[in-house]
Amino acid sequence: MAASTEAIKSIERVDSGTIVRLTGDIDMHRSRGVHQSLLELCRERPPKLVLDLREVDYMDSSGVGTLVDVYRKVNAYKGLFALVGPNARISNLFQITKLDHFFRIFATSEEALGAK
Amino acid sequence: MKPSDQPTGTVADVTIRSDPARLAEVREVVRRMANQCGFGSHDTDGITLAVDEALANVIKHGYGGAPHGMIEIHLEVLSPVRPGLEVRIRDQGCQVDPAAIQGRDLADVRPGGLGVHIIRTVMDDLSYERCPDGGMSVTMRKYLQPPQRNSAE
Repeated sequence: MAASTEAIKSIERVDSGTIVRLTGDIDMHRSRGVHQSLLELCRERPPKLVLDLREVDYMDSSGVGTLVDVYRKVNAYKGLFALVGPNARISNLFQITKLDHFFRIFATSEEALGAK
Repeated sequence: MKPSDQPTGTVADVTIRSDPARLAEVREVVRRMANQCGFGSHDTDGITLAVDEALANVIKHGYGGAPHGMIEIHLEVLSPVRPGLEVRIRDQGCQVDPAAIQGRDLADVRPGGLGVHIIRTVMDDLSYERCPDGGMSVTMRKYLQPPQRNSAE
């Protein structure tokens, strides 16, 4: 799906987990493809699945729904799901949806990979 | 921003098909109108998100995900008496009982069902209407100054 591949800038697999760097808008148009790609990565059961959001400009509730579902999948196999660097716009969305204390959010992917 | 600085009667009309690929261009129009209205970046982002969520609901529920339905979006800068931005969204999709359109309990953390909650949180006024000639209309307003509470309360 083109929208998905455009939204996923890179996927980096390291010993402690997988870092997915997203870019652009994660909205109704692109979230389904991102969701499918992340679910495929979950099947690899990385100890930590880190979503780098520093280049994501905008997210809507479909993007949040994707994050919640992937969180649940990672949590189910006792992995760690972490977000990196959401901008003020996305942080506000997390506050509105009362998910700001639900997700584990870090400033850098290195911090996320080092988290317990 | 002083009320006298507000442009009045400024409108924008956008018509799109119910294709999620068209949402980004609507967001740009909403951002421009909210900025023109005098909203700061926080409120502009909120209004843009609310309109986007309303459109997503039309595409998903009104047209069942079919990409060829018509959606008309009307944006209007409100008068200096009570400056703000009004957004009306009109579709020809499925009709639903306006009373049945509710946000869900956020304590239940799960995907989906967040759009109405987001719209109600961000906007000051929100109303849904079944149109006599078919489809639904949603009207939402955001004021530059938050609604005044009655001093007797």
